[in-house]
Amino acid sequence: MTIAATAGRGLGRLYAALMNLPERPMRWAQGHLPDGRLGWLFVGPNLAIFAVFTFLPILIDFYYSGTGGTNLLPTERPWVGSENFASLTSCQDYLDPNSCVRDQFWYAIWNTAKFVVLQVTLMLVFSLATALVLNRKIIGRGFFRAAFFYPVLLSPVVVALIWKWVLQRDGVLNAAFVGAGLEPVEWLLGARSAFGWTVFVSIWAHMGFYTLILLAGLQAIPADIYEAAAMDAAPPSRVFRRITLPLLMPSVLVVLVLGLIRAVQIFDEVYVLTGGGPGSATTYLVEFIYNTGFSSQVRQYGLAAAASLLLAGVLLVLTLIQLRGMRPSKGDGRG
Amino acid sequence: MARLARMMTATRGHGRMDWTDWASYLYLILGTALMLGPVLWLALSSLKSPAGLIEFPPTLLPQEQVRVSVPNYPNPLPLYRITKGDHAGQTLAEVRKIGLQATMVDPAAPETPIRVPVEDRTKLMQFHAAWDNYGDLLQKFDFGRYLWNSVFITSVATILTLLLNSMAAFALSKYKFAGREPVFLLMLATLMIPPTIILVPNYLIAAVLGLTDNPWGVIWPAVATPTGVFLLRQYMLTLPDDLLEAARMDNASEWRIYWRIVLPLSKPALAVLAIFSVMWRWNEFLWPMVVLGRNETFTLPLALNSFQGELTTQWNYLLAMTVVTLIPVTVIFALLQRHITQGIASAGVK
Repeated sequence: MTIAATAGRGLGRLYAALMNLPERPMRWAQGHLPDGRLGWLFVGPNLAIFAVFTFLPILIDFYYSGTGGTNLLPTERPWVGSENFASLTSCQDYLDPNSCVRDQFWYAIWNTAKFVVLQVTLMLVFSLATALVLNRKIIGRGFFRAAFFYPVLLSPVVVALIWKWVLQRDGVLNAAFVGAGLEPVEWLLGARSAFGWTVFVSIWAHMGFYTLILLAGLQAIPADIYEAAAMDAAPPSRVFRRITLPLLMPSVLVVLVLGLIRAVQIFDEVYVLTGGGPGSATTYLVEFIYNTGFSSQVRQYGLAAAASLLLAGVLLVLTLIQLRGMRPSKGDGRG
Repeated sequence: MARLARMMTATRGHGRMDWTDWASYLYLILGTALMLGPVLWLALSSLKSPAGLIEFPPTLLPQEQVRVSVPNYPNPLPLYRITKGDHAGQTLAEVRKIGLQATMVDPAAPETPIRVPVEDRTKLMQFHAAWDNYGDLLQKFDFGRYLWNSVFITSVATILTLLLNSMAAFALSKYKFAGREPVFLLMLATLMIPPTIILVPNYLIAAVLGLTDNPWGVIWPAVATPTGVFLLRQYMLTLPDDLLEAARMDNASEWRIYWRIVLPLSKPALAVLAIFSVMWRWNEFLWPMVVLGRNETFTLPLALNSFQGELTTQWNYLLAMTVVTLIPVTVIFALLQRHITQGIASAGVK
């Protein structure tokens, strides 16, 4: 017998032994619980974790947002009422973050707004184009689809380091610039170019996922509709506008809303790529929350919780839009 | 060859490539270069020595200067190709360099020193992969520990995710009990609560439960996934109830029915969830960064992040570490590409 087979059988035995452990208590419960209550035992552990790590935190978030100070324990935090919200929303001119009490918060809001509009629009355009091309009769389609999808699986930290390496001063992009007779550029040290690169890198990293959704949508369009259009000798542009686009609309909506929800929460890649800089040019909302609550010397949990709730409000609106038009099966990326 | 060319240019209905086909291939090839190029570039760079990394413009392949042993000289001498002057075309070894003049010797005739201006020569390079970058990770840094932390968290969390989610899915799909619908809706509702907005309270809960600086602080909050429950429930709904009834006739306990009958039949859905869970946990960043404060508890992404802050000059190690982090995901993807893409397309989750 081979080693692999032995190991496999050993693992199988171990698995069976472990799974047999709850047999006795579960059989006892089955005999003693009133009919139909057994389901709760199966759902219980999962539900308990949701309760402790998802539902309870929402309630605590509301309490925290009304307290001040830097103590972590809620019992030792002074109640300040709406002070956190008031300081976050106190501005002379909402368009000018410098006139706000919490200028960093408003920089983050406007940066995030700019980022979301630009990133979601461009990502939709490129993933739609890629899906349309991949839906053609193409040699090596599986390979190309995999190539476009591959970055989706990479850790955001890895994504950021890949591009940091490409974009650094002595990096390969600047080498190409010098080769073409241009001046090298400090890509991540200029406010405008750093912002542009955060948009580009996040599209690079996530585009494959949305391409896949759109491709599935395209392949769900019945072929006989296209055959009928071909019979009528309809020009391709007309077929696209009258058949493809309307029938693809549900998938486009999924992509739009999912893309929006995730873009609003952008953090990981940008945090490693630019650290929110230069200055606060690429500081987005979640980074503001992280900086306020965790990374600065003075840990302002109350302020961070208040900012979280404002973010939650935005996300709630987006999710409700999503639920209006769609199946309730669309995840948000964390499971 | 002609057949290959015909196959390459065959398109739907026409038989010849029209311009849209050319444009499609151009788009796909450029896109693939943009998607995979940077990753390949990173992998190639990770094999360069520190000297090779600061070279500008960078070379494509990792290289080092050729050195030869010359009689009468204790250390191997670097080789140069002479481009101008009396010795143009010759390959000479450098003995020493003073200002803009170098003293060199011909390795074949090492007795006569030759003086060459430094601008008249170029380094003679050869392919050389600096595997030390990888070997040193284990010795110079606590790399093994970060790797272990990541492997531990990923595997334990995935096993618990499969177990707890499938138990919940079993009850939600095969039992009728008071409160089943509300429980299912409640679990789906957690999809709407992204982890970014409950960072602060979750940190408090982890601290109260003694889970900070502890791998379980990353594992417990992650193992109850709404996506997993939903995915498995939808799959288990398709399993025929007759099977369960037959087992009950044989006096099997409900727990036994769950793990002996329903679990083995749900393998395809469990496989999809397992792949997702491995990817989620392996790549997770923000929550581990909040809950794992001490260096010894860091996972690979956290270690990478802290190194890129500290070791700005030691790119060779940082690059090697990045490659090690992306290898497992790449291997899984290469092996299970079809399952992953189909799972995502059908479930709409990432």
